[in-house]
Amino acid sequence: MVIVAARELKDRESVLVGVGIPNLAANLAKKLQAPNLLLVYESGAVGSNPSRMPLSIGDPCLVSGAKSVCSMYEQFAYYLQGGRIDVGFLGGAQIDKYGNINSTIIGTYKTPKVRLPGSGGACDIASNVKKIIVITPHEKRRFVEKVDFLTSPGFIDGKEGWRKLKLQGGGPYAVITNLCTFKFDEVTGEMTVTALHEGVTIEQVQENTPWNVKVAEELVTTPPPTEMEVTTLRALDPDKIYLR
Amino acid sequence: MDSSKTMTMKEAVSRFVQDGDTVYLAGFTHMIPFAAGHEVIRQKKKDLVLARATPDIIYDQMIAAGCAKRLIFSYAGNPGVGSLRCFRRAHEKGIPKPLEIEEYTHFGLSGRLFAGATNMPFLPMRTNLGSDLPAQNPLMKVVKDPYSGDEVSVVPPLKPDVAVVHVQRADVNGNCHIWGIIGEQKDAAFAAKKVIISAEEIVDESVIRSDPNRTLVPDFLSHAVVHEPWCAHPSYVQGYYDRDNEFYVKWDEITKEHESTMKYIDEWVHGVESRSEYVSKLPPSKVDGLRPKEAYSSPVNYGSV
Repeated sequence: MVIVAARELKDRESVLVGVGIPNLAANLAKKLQAPNLLLVYESGAVGSNPSRMPLSIGDPCLVSGAKSVCSMYEQFAYYLQGGRIDVGFLGGAQIDKYGNINSTIIGTYKTPKVRLPGSGGACDIASNVKKIIVITPHEKRRFVEKVDFLTSPGFIDGKEGWRKLKLQGGGPYAVITNLCTFKFDEVTGEMTVTALHEGVTIEQVQENTPWNVKVAEELVTTPPPTEMEVTTLRALDPDKIYLR
Repeated sequence: MDSSKTMTMKEAVSRFVQDGDTVYLAGFTHMIPFAAGHEVIRQKKKDLVLARATPDIIYDQMIAAGCAKRLIFSYAGNPGVGSLRCFRRAHEKGIPKPLEIEEYTHFGLSGRLFAGATNMPFLPMRTNLGSDLPAQNPLMKVVKDPYSGDEVSVVPPLKPDVAVVHVQRADVNGNCHIWGIIGEQKDAAFAAKKVIISAEEIVDESVIRSDPNRTLVPDFLSHAVVHEPWCAHPSYVQGYYDRDNEFYVKWDEITKEHESTMKYIDEWVHGVESRSEYVSKLPPSKVDGLRPKEAYSSPVNYGSV
């Protein structure tokens, strides 16, 4: 998932990064095809060049040697709302076929079964970045017909509903799982399988997705990880904090 | 030199934090004033409205100790680890007492402080539309943009009764130098009615005046100045000590039950008189292991003719 996500990042793009898998993907892309990738963290660190694996979005190693550090309000106002972030990585407990994400609650808001951390910056990111990329394990409990709580807007109930909101962001761009890559239909805004990872069948994807999965006409197989990608990635997380 | 503001954390909390106050302990993962939170717990303050973007371990502890009646927040997780169990126990099960919540996005909550600091009537922002969050929080409203006619989300100003802002260095009057992740320290200091400054180091006013761009909080905002080294442990202070990630992971284990949490609070909060006693209780190898490498910035010339 990390390698597939890293391949989506282009040189000179700006990316809003969270810790864990997104941070690994962004740093991998920076070491390979995107040396001028601008890493921006929610904590206000801009142009970070972490010398080790950051353990939270406010890790001091994101500050040492960064291009700039601004306040939390400034980060959201100048960078995110200012329209200066190309890609935002999001995750969540649930996602539906229009890319709407729940990171707030399982159950109902007043009587939660599981209280999750909440939006943080996720809704702000979803509303303002040009491309949202979601990285998530492909499990039936995560892919749902309808999210229990809509924390961060995807294409709502299809592109038409989303257009009415007039968000400045471009909406969901890709969902990368351990089985496949989804992109979103240009017209309907529905999640569509565009690539299957090596050895995965469309039946496996369907088994783990509760709705009738839409498949792209030109379905491809994800190119396998290169040796360069694998060794570079391992070097980024030598203590195997995030990689198993 | 007016040193009437300098006092201990015990005195500052006793004088400036009242039961029922809205309290903002500033710091986005960085420089979280744990020592102030512990003093609030020791003095058994109650019915507090606790506001922070990330409640973090400090509010988890204050909630477990029964100090809070309401939480204003935007991300209630243990950063890099998982859940805040005490927050969840209070909110889901009412243990040790029920906890009301008022929830925003990060932009929404930092915007509320900015609006409070700058005395705006409300702040418009490009977020929240399409989310289910506004339906659960009547303070988030939608208004018509008078220029474009489009719908726009707005949040009201937040003006805490008291803010605690921990900094790297301050003079005795409370002029503060802050660097690293500057989170919402400045906004919290300008938004709050009363401000407690705590500092790793108290320096001469000339040190502050040698680098005025680094002064994010000027002295006239503060009511108390506390010299409190290691105030922020287990969070961190850039250039002074690193984040104690091991403790953040351990907190998940400590808080599995309310009883085990209270055992920790009895030992590490009620069991000590002050922050210096807390620090001397930490293993010396732990303290040494958190000291960072040096990385000084290049000096700048502030000279004039």
